[in-house]
Amino acid sequence: MGISQGVPAEGPGARAFDAVIVGGGIIGLSVAWRASLRGLDVAVADPAPGSGASHAAAGMLAPVSEVSYTEEPLLRLGLASLARWPAFAAELEEAAGRDVDLRGEGTLDVAFGADDMAALGELAAFMDKLGLPVERLTGREARRLEPMLAPSVRGGLLAGGDSWVDPRRVTAALLAALAARGVPLLRERVTGLDVTGGEVRGVRLAPPSSSAGPGSGLRRTPAGLTGGTGDPWAAAETALGGPHGDAGGLPAGPGTAERVVRARRVVVALGAWAGVLAGVPPELVPPVRPVKGQIMRLRSAEPLLGRCVRGSVHGSSVYLVPRRDGELVVGATQEELGFDDRVTAGAVWELLRDARELVPGVTELEVADVVAGLRPGTPDNLPLIGPTALPGLHLATGHHRGGVLLAPLTAELVAGTLAGDGPEIPPACSPTRFEDIA
Amino acid sequence: MTEDALVIAGQKFASRLIMGTGGAPSLEVLDQALAASGTELTTVAMRRLDPAQRGSVLDVLRARNIQVLPNTAGCYTAGEAVLTARLAREALGTDWVKLEVISDERTLLPDPIETFDAAERLVADGFVVLPYIGDDPALARRLEQAGCAAVMPLGAPIGSGLGIRNPHNIELIVEAAQVPVILDAGIGTASDAALAMELGCDAVLLASAVTRAQRPDLMAAAMRSAVEAGRQARQAGRIPRRRYAEASSPLTP
Repeated sequence: MGISQGVPAEGPGARAFDAVIVGGGIIGLSVAWRASLRGLDVAVADPAPGSGASHAAAGMLAPVSEVSYTEEPLLRLGLASLARWPAFAAELEEAAGRDVDLRGEGTLDVAFGADDMAALGELAAFMDKLGLPVERLTGREARRLEPMLAPSVRGGLLAGGDSWVDPRRVTAALLAALAARGVPLLRERVTGLDVTGGEVRGVRLAPPSSSAGPGSGLRRTPAGLTGGTGDPWAAAETALGGPHGDAGGLPAGPGTAERVVRARRVVVALGAWAGVLAGVPPELVPPVRPVKGQIMRLRSAEPLLGRCVRGSVHGSSVYLVPRRDGELVVGATQEELGFDDRVTAGAVWELLRDARELVPGVTELEVADVVAGLRPGTPDNLPLIGPTALPGLHLATGHHRGGVLLAPLTAELVAGTLAGDGPEIPPACSPTRFEDIA
Repeated sequence: MTEDALVIAGQKFASRLIMGTGGAPSLEVLDQALAASGTELTTVAMRRLDPAQRGSVLDVLRARNIQVLPNTAGCYTAGEAVLTARLAREALGTDWVKLEVISDERTLLPDPIETFDAAERLVADGFVVLPYIGDDPALARRLEQAGCAAVMPLGAPIGSGLGIRNPHNIELIVEAAQVPVILDAGIGTASDAALAMELGCDAVLLASAVTRAQRPDLMAAAMRSAVEAGRQARQAGRIPRRRYAEASSPLTP
């Protein structure tokens, strides 16, 4: 009943998964985990899980401090998912036996000059109007909370409910949790959907040796993978010999031919690459574009900050996210440069220039890594979640800057839909919402 | 009604509102704002944009049939600006460029010397050059003489929303210019745009005032009306200012 290498497993005895999740970032892995917990027989396909945007992301769970004009639907989704994070993290940590460093001390948004203070005041008024709990602080009050802030801080807003998590730890924990449940991880590049008779029948996988093509499937592992969070893949690899190990479709060794893995449903969780998957009918190609973000990780022996700090330095935004182990994440650029994922001198300079304005002490820290990730942007900055017009094709992508925040909600919605008893997909993230526009 | 088109380098535009795209929270919000503005020409920063990427801001403009005016925002030297303009010409197939060479990141004020240098080189290279400059009548005249297709003096620093800080200089530029004068930067609200047109500017370019507004589409509609109103007021001819009242109808029969 195993799927034989090199030969499409199309026969009557071939195994068909309830769903194959294409893409092993935080969204795909979360969906797979929740779907598996719902009793579904699922697999994840990704040659390098956790190496894309999830590897770059800072992990801010900050719907309140990130709120902006015109984006109230995104705020509502974010708040709904933030409310799910504590239980999601606790269950995940229990299942994986790993810590994900979920923190809930809030975000402090600070301002320096009179212009930035005025902008912060307007933001506070907008938050009040939306009924969001924020606290206005003087410069001295802000610095009592965060003594490492620059003395020139004039004031701040504390969004006390905002939280954050370490996305690299989350993907590692998800892989461990999936492995513990025996969910197969197909470490091959998906070359396309298999669509027969007007419905999705499975996915086509490239031979392992050709899995590294940039831009056409999943990205290579970033060179900067040096974080101290352990090897995220190791646990998953070892677990593939579990209950379903014989049926997971893993090849015994490198092959040369494409093969098909059958599934009744396919969930495309390819992030920025969701729009380039072959086999999707042209009218259903999700309107996702890559939005490049460059982000830096610094390291100190002791944490410099007790909560997330963000600010606008002469109109240029920067945030700092502290971890318990002394890592400090500084992010992030937003660039519309296609699939370019190069780290540039200008971005490194801008990040450090602005971070130093907020917290002068950052210049003393060690540079741990600098990476560029590609966020999946959509025309309205809202994700694409749920079934499409093609039977069997589901989407879980387009999360732009909010993939980590929206992972628990997305997983719940998609797993529920796959299990047949899910909550209704909010219209704001329906994959069909753009169809009448085009 | 007689045609009152804006003509730049021989090309006609019915709308005198030129938009920028920076600062929009999402492409959909930008799209709605552009539609409400009625613009036919919109400037796009080329330094952090891949023109080949599907679904980019360029696709938004193409879908609305809005002409793209590439700009050199973020350049500090004439050399960078010329290079950026050439890359934009190659990528977009247009020889129009909004030339922007800034002097420092705090004020984003244009560097007059680098701008003039770049303008000369780009004109010689066959570009239709629209330079962003300070409100300097002498520089505007020199750029016109150098062959620029328009001049784009600022009202106030980019993104400041401070309006037109030196209306007198804008009037001096308008009086002397034989090419279109486009008020660029500093517009905060509709009355600023109307004033620019009343001063005799041929068009207004703005971005932040719309893209960072609480309701961008509504502000875009306001700007469209303001530019039209200011243009009409300029053409209608305002009454002279008087110190004391002059009754609009005889006080005694």
